[in-house]
Formats: sequence, structure tokens, C-alpha cells
Amino acid sequence: MPISTGYAATLLTVIAAYGIAALGLNITMGRAGQVNLGQAAFVGVGAMASAIATVRYSLSFWEAIIIAALASFLAGAALGVVSIRLREDFLAITTIGFNFIVVYVFLYYKFFGGSYGIIGIPKPTLLGMRITGFAYTIMSWTILLLLAALALYIDKTWLGLAFEALRDNEEVAESVGIDVRKYKILAFAIGAMYGGVAGSILAHFKGYIVYSDFAFPYSIMILSMSIVGGMDTIVGAIVGSAMIILLPEIFRPLMEYRMIMYTAIIVLMLYFKPEGLLGRESKWLISLRRILRAWSGGIRGD
Amino acid sequence: MLAVNDVHVYYGTIAALRGVTVKVDEGEVVAVIGRNGAGKTTLIKAIMGLVNVVKGSVVFDGEDITGLPPWERAKLGLGYVPEGRRLFPYLTVEENLIVGAHNARSREEIKKRLEEVYSLFPRLRERRGQLARTLSGGEAQMLAIARSLMARPKLILMDEPSQGLAPIVVDEIFNKIMELKREGHSILLVEQNVKKALEVADRVYLLETGKIVIELPVEEAKNHPVIREVYLGAKQRYK
Repeated sequence: MPISTGYAATLLTVIAAYGIAALGLNITMGRAGQVNLGQAAFVGVGAMASAIATVRYSLSFWEAIIIAALASFLAGAALGVVSIRLREDFLAITTIGFNFIVVYVFLYYKFFGGSYGIIGIPKPTLLGMRITGFAYTIMSWTILLLLAALALYIDKTWLGLAFEALRDNEEVAESVGIDVRKYKILAFAIGAMYGGVAGSILAHFKGYIVYSDFAFPYSIMILSMSIVGGMDTIVGAIVGSAMIILLPEIFRPLMEYRMIMYTAIIVLMLYFKPEGLLGRESKWLISLRRILRAWSGGIRGD
Repeated sequence: MLAVNDVHVYYGTIAALRGVTVKVDEGEVVAVIGRNGAGKTTLIKAIMGLVNVVKGSVVFDGEDITGLPPWERAKLGLGYVPEGRRLFPYLTVEENLIVGAHNARSREEIKKRLEEVYSLFPRLRERRGQLARTLSGGEAQMLAIARSLMARPKLILMDEPSQGLAPIVVDEIFNKIMELKREGHSILLVEQNVKKALEVADRVYLLETGKIVIELPVEEAKNHPVIREVYLGAKQRYK
């Protein structure tokens, strides 16, 4: 067999982790319409928080992933506060800048391991058993599904409506009584939290992390996942992650020219299919829904 | 209820409003008429807090709201029907309405209010599951009005409800506004369609290049020579 189970487990775990990060971006950008070109920074905050909590403070993975979620939530809220007065391209530039700042903080402060990074990040344990290999993959996908359910829940609540109102028309949103400052901060914080959880999963999977794992190109990678899959749906983020992770595996010889590939993909998608392969109004998703509804006898029934 | 006192608004160095004073009493429908570029929309936006008031004050229900952000003003009871019926295009009709109900405390309350606006605008009930961007111009305008009603506002600010609509649809919209008036709603209406505005208004202000030039009860306004000739297009007789 050409594909070993270890290889498959690795790919699937990475797809789940970046799927979570892309899901977060879909909330910040797709739902609330707030441009974020620095999602990798939040993946980094989560990864660092999780690594430091386990390696330096000997906390368990389960405690660490909660800390990672909290740390990135707060980092996202901080960026949200800064972003209140910014829109569109100024916001985009600010989020890129934020990504660079976070990476340089990781590099120049010994606390974050500097240029050596942090090594020896332990695998999680459950009931005394270490979770490795395929079990880790299953754990990652379970977390992904839980967070997808949370995203779905947010969609159904007032919070989700407020996000979409903010995206569709900020001026009208604020004049129908939506405190746009609050929801902008929340949009960044929640999206960042997803990134942080993704970072924690990646850190404990690889066992070591270094500042460059969270550099700006990774933000673009996560962005291209969102764009390819579809920014306004949950399944879009996951499918986008799978495609962007698998494509370079197929085109391995491209090596460091992968950035060109991501960029080309973004440009082509925006030109030919701006709503993404599985965006809310894409024919693929509509027919997929129809099939699912036929299967399930139409549980959703609208 | 609403008092706009000597309000000045600038876009850069250009004055859009130069000392505008407008009052709306409870239960009153007040129309501000004027040409394109007279500052009508700016006036509404100044009341809603969407543009910066450089000088003067906006007092609502006895409270100075000049420095408040728009959402605080909405919470105090100002409803806003924006120009060009700006909806949330990717939300459904019903979701647009629910967003408008920012001060509803429970699901039951929202349901109750939905029923109210659906009985006023039955067409919206038929279209409840559709994305707002698929509505016709008239339906979209009705949704914009209905959305503002969802918060049970004390005063509704309407910016050019007739804009870009076919005459028959304009009639329909103004019939609804008349219905709202009969129900006792207070409305500040900004309109270019003077004829229609005079049909529903109790009092009329004429705004020209950022200044109020005429303020009259509606019956007198209908007979005012400037309004008759310039805005209603009555035939002039030169001797």
C-alpha cells in the first residue's frame, strides 16, 4: 500500500486542525464581515499557550487546550478593540501587522522559546492512555465537530444575526440598535479562539513548535482554505482545509513555490467562483443539501 | 418629543446643514421636503447619529442625545428607515425583522411583534423565508419600514420612502404610512415627492441648501406660493 496509516493520520489531523482555524476565519470574515489576514497569529497564540502550559507548568493537555482557547480569545478581543475604528483595507493591513508582531514576540522573547522554539510538547492522555497516531486524529475531528456545532449554534442565535447584519450593512446595523463595537470585538475573539484551539491541536501533534510556524504565509494558507471552501458555510471551511492540505501533497515537487500556488488558487477562485466551492449560494452546496435532505427525509424542512 | 436645535453638519469643509431647527411632537407626522442635495438625508443621519454634529443639539424625549452612538439612540426609541431601503441582503425577510427587534426580551415577544408587522404587511409574511435581496423595490421598502417597527419605536425617521419606486408602489407605501399615522405613530418623513409628503403630514418644513426656509402647518403649506409653484408644479400665471 502506497499510503501508510501514519501518513493518512498525519494528513487527517492537519486537515482537522486547519479546518478549525478556517472555521474561525469563516466566523470573523464570512459571518461578521471583518477582514482578518492574520489568523495564523491566533493559531500561534493558542499553540504557544498550550505548549508553555504543558511543558513549563506541567498542566494536562485538556487544561492546556482550554488555556489556549482563552488566550487566543483574549488576543482576538484585543485585535478587535484596535479594529473598531478601522474598515476594509486599513483593517486588513492592521491584521497583517498583528501577525508580524506576534511572530516577532515569539522570536525575540526567550519565554516563547526564541528561534529554537519549544520542544517536548507532550501527547494528551485519556484514562491513563496516551493519545497518539490515529486516536489523535479521531480526537482532532471530534473537537472539530464540536466547534462546528458551536458555529452552527451561533448561527441560530441573536449573535449570529447580529454578525450578519454587521457584515451586510454596518451603518444600518448600528441604527437598528446593534452595538457594532461589541460585535466586532466578539467576531474577532470567537474567530481567534478557533484559531487557538487549532494551534493547540497542532502543537501537541507535532511535539515542537517554533515562531515561523505561525508566520504570515500561514495566514494566507488559512485564508485560501476559507475562500476555496466557501466563506459563509461551515462545511466550506472543512472542505477548503482538506483541499489546501492535500493539493501540496499531490504537487510536492513544487516545494517552496507553494505560496505561488495558494495565491493562484485565491485569484482563480475569486475570479471564477467567489462564493467558494461550497459557499451558501453555490450550486454544489444546494445540490448536496438536496441529497442530504432526501436521505434524512428532510429534517430541516423549511 | 424630538427637538433638533440649530444643528450644523459639515462634510469636510462643505456645510451640509447650517443651523437647522426642527421639532416633532408626539403623534405628529412631520415632513421635511426639499430638493436633491438640500440636506434632507444629512438631517436624518444627524438625528440618528450617523454623521457628526459640529454645532447644535439633538434632544429626544427630554434627553440630549447629540453625543450618543446610533445604537444607543435606537434603544431610546428612535426607529430608522434608511434611504434606498437598505436591508441586510443576505438575511431572510424574517431575519431582517428579527434584527430590528433589538429590544425584545423573549422569543414570544419577537413572535408577537412579527405577527403585528405581518398583519400590517401581509406580503412580507408570504416572503418571510426569502433572502431580502430578492425582494422587489416596493416589498423592500415595506420590509425596511416593518423592520423599524419591530423595535416599537417612539419616533420613526423615514428617509425618502418613495425613492426609485413606481408611482403605483409609491401610493401603496404612502397608504401604509397613513395607516401608521392613524395608529398614532410619530413620524419624521424626509421626501422629495412633495405631493405625497403633504398628503400624510401635519406639518411641513422646507429645507434649502442646508437651511430651513419655510415651516408651516400642512394646509397652509399647500397654498404657499413657493411650495405650490416650485415643488408642486402648479401653473404660474404671469401678468
